[in-house]
This record gives sequence, C-alpha cells and structure tokens, in this order.
Amino acid sequence: MSDGPVSVDEPHRLRNALVLVVALVVVWELAYLAVGDVALRSPWQTLRFTAKLVQTDLFHEHVTNTLQAFAAALAIAVTLGLALGFALGLDRLAGDAMEPMLVALYSIPKITLYPILLLAFGLGMSAKVAFGAIHGVIPIALFTLGAVRTIKPILLKTGRVLKLERAAMVRSILFPAAVPEIFTGLRVGFSLTLIGTVLGEMFAAQHGLGYLLMNAISLYNVDVIMSVTFLLVVFAAGVNAVLLAIDRRLHFRA
Amino acid sequence: MIRKVTLVQLAIVLALVALLEALCQAGVIDRITMPPPHRIAIDFVKLMASGKLWPEIAKSMGNVLLAFAIAYVLGIAIGTALHAHRIVRDTLDPLFATYYAIPVFAFYPLFIVMFGLGDGPQVLIGILLGIVAVIVTTLNGLDHVPAVLRKTAQVARLGPLATALRVTLPFCAPYLIGAAKLALAYAFIGVIGSEFIMARSGMGYEIGFAYTNFDNATMYPLILLILMLSIVMNGVLTRWEKVLLARRGIA
Repeated sequence: MSDGPVSVDEPHRLRNALVLVVALVVVWELAYLAVGDVALRSPWQTLRFTAKLVQTDLFHEHVTNTLQAFAAALAIAVTLGLALGFALGLDRLAGDAMEPMLVALYSIPKITLYPILLLAFGLGMSAKVAFGAIHGVIPIALFTLGAVRTIKPILLKTGRVLKLERAAMVRSILFPAAVPEIFTGLRVGFSLTLIGTVLGEMFAAQHGLGYLLMNAISLYNVDVIMSVTFLLVVFAAGVNAVLLAIDRRLHFRA
Repeated sequence: MIRKVTLVQLAIVLALVALLEALCQAGVIDRITMPPPHRIAIDFVKLMASGKLWPEIAKSMGNVLLAFAIAYVLGIAIGTALHAHRIVRDTLDPLFATYYAIPVFAFYPLFIVMFGLGDGPQVLIGILLGIVAVIVTTLNGLDHVPAVLRKTAQVARLGPLATALRVTLPFCAPYLIGAAKLALAYAFIGVIGSEFIMARSGMGYEIGFAYTNFDNATMYPLILLILMLSIVMNGVLTRWEKVLLARRGIA
C-alpha cells in the first residue's frame, strides 16, 4: 500500500532493511526479558524450536495443507481479478459503477462472511480456498482497473487505427502498458490471499498453520505459537520483499 | 452522469438480491445454507427490536472506537515526529512497505497468551492493523506541504509543535480524513475479526456462536448489520474527503 519515498537507492534500502531487522530482534529480546517465559520466547529459543518443528511430520502435513489452499486461492484470485479488472477498465460506465462498490467491499471485515462460505462449501479445503480468493481478488481487480484506465490514450488510438480485435488489444497493447501497476496489484493480492487463507484456518479448520496456531492456544503451547507466527511473518515479509524489488524495477523502467 | 452511475449501482445491488431470493425460493440454495433475503430482512428487524444483542453491539463498537482513536492519534503523532527525522524514517521505510503483507491476526494467539482473553488483545489488533496506514498517510500529506507555509511558520516564530498543530497538519486535512477512513476500517476488521476467532462476547463472537448452533436467524442479520455499518462509515468519510478535496481544487 505504501511505497515510501522513491528516492532511496538500492544499497541504502538494503542497509535500512538490515538495521531494521536488527532493531526488531533487539525489541523482541527486550520484550522477552520484560515479559518472561510465561508468554514469550526469546528470538534464539524461537529459532531453535522452529528448527526442530519444521522437521516433524505433523508440521509438514499442516504446511502442505496451507500451501495447497493458498496456491489454489491465489490462482483463482489472479484469474478472476485480472478478468474483472480488464472488463471494468475497458467499460467506462461499468468501471465507474463498480469501482466504489469494490472499494467498499475491500473495507468490510470479510471474516464475517466466512460462516456463509462454510455453510455453502462445508468445513474443509474448498471453503478455505474460497475465503483466501475473496481476499485477493478485490485488490487485483482494483489495481488492474486503475492500470487499464490510466493507459495513455495515444496507445489506445494506435490500436484502434490498426483495427485490433478486443483480444489482440488486451494482449499487445493494454497488458504490456499496464504491467507495472498490475504487478503491484498482484503483490498486494498475494499478501491478502495468504492472510485470508490463514485467517480462515484460524476460525474453523482441522488442518493448516492457522489451525496449528489456534490449537496451540488451547494447549497453552507458547513455543508453537511463537514458531508458527515467526514462520508466517518471515514467509510473508520475505516474499513481499522480493515482489517489491521486482515491482520497483518495473515501475522504474516504465 | 453521477445519477446514471448511482442508478447502475442500485440496479446491480437489487439484481443481486433478487437473484439470491430467486435461488433460495427455487431451492438451489437450501435453507440451512442461507435463508432468502426477505427472511433475513424480517429476522433483522426482529433481532434489533428484541434488543437482546444491543449490549454486544455496544461493546464491539466501543472497542472499535477505542482502537480507532488510539491508532489515529498515535499514528498522526508518530507520522509528524518521523517527518522531522529523515534517517529514522528511511530506516523504517522497509517496515512500512512490508507491513501490510504480514498477517497481523497471526499475532492474536500470542496476545491472548500475553494479556489474557479480554478486550485488550482485540483492541491491540485493531490498533496494529490501522496505525501504519495512518503514519504513512500522514507522512505523505506532510510531504505535500508547500515550503512557503513552513517559512511563514518560521517567520511567525512558531515552535515545532505549534507549526504542526496550526500550519502543517491543518494543511493535510484531506489526507488525514483519508487516514481516518483507513484507521476506522482497520479497527473494525481487527476488533470484529478477533472476536470472531476467539472471544467471550461481542458481535463477531455472536456470529461465530450462531454459526456453531445453526442459528441462521441470528447469524445472517448480524452479518448484514456489520456489512451495513462498515459500508456506511466508509461512505460518510469518503464523502467528507471528497468535499475537502474539492475545496482545495484537487478533485
């Protein structure tokens, strides 16, 4: 959502990120020293427990489950989001009408819709996939819509002069011109789909990392809570950092 | 033109409701999954009139407002302070850029273990979700303050606090409304979402409870209420934002 000042160059950004990571670890350690073993683990303890946890079969089963749901949800969100974004971006009236509605949908607590999905799909994989997809599809559609709309008119005119079909227009003009913005949408969509998938597992599921987290509360297993939270944050932040770097390069080239 | 768009929006919503009603009546959607929309409307009126859930609604909304107020005030204060310290701001930039990729709800179990299963963890999730959006929007707004305004403040010998309160932040008003919109939406998502995952009371909890008991007559009206509340809050602030932007001649 935020890209900060664009002026910061690459080596500086890396240094800033490193300083930040060190600072966060220090804050974490201090919090541990303040709160103690009752509710927290130190960074080092968490790392050690995580190393053990990732080798267990049980953990593998849950991770695989979450990743499968996430991959399916992402595929649906990307396909639907791009299709919706292009369709609405090319039609002025439909776009004007649907954009505020999508923004409103974006800001509702979607978690309250989860029981409806559970009733419709039943407790299991498909409800989780649907819930993850709902989170990702809206930002992808909104960014694509915006990208298609802000394409320079001269490009569209050129396409019209060349008498391009609608499909050819999307493929050879709209898509290449809109790629940087669309990529930003995909980046945000990736994060939100992951959040949605895990959130779904936290409310009702029998498998997955979200389930593992909630299960750990009832067992009061602080080690598992810390490790799973840690892994989720590292995975989400790591992938986002890579996508953000590509994103910046694409925008810089454009 | 504006009226045409509104009409299309109205038509879309009505068509969707009609479609749902038809599907329910035809039995494509069975009653255990979803009652027909007219039934939900009747249940909604009944539920509101009975008043039995008002305490839950008041409690949730109280926590939403608390989370919003803290995230908003603290966010603006931090944003203003950061704007004056370039190095700290640059260092935090990767955090801001990555923040919304992080599943904040994953911290909820940790907060429950740390603070107990009360209002604290829910409000904290609401604050954490919203505060960074407020900080980033405040920074963005302050970046747009014309140099002449800062100079005027200097000439008038205003201190940093007075400059922020009387010159730069008022200039940022449209941005700050935008920040309020985000903070409110996130406070809502955070509090209701946390209640839903694990809590002892509140609207989110009641939806989860109704779901486990197949109580569609409570669940659907409550979901409807939450959707309406968040859409209305979002709509009011969006309109206000537009008025302020129009006055500045920006939109």
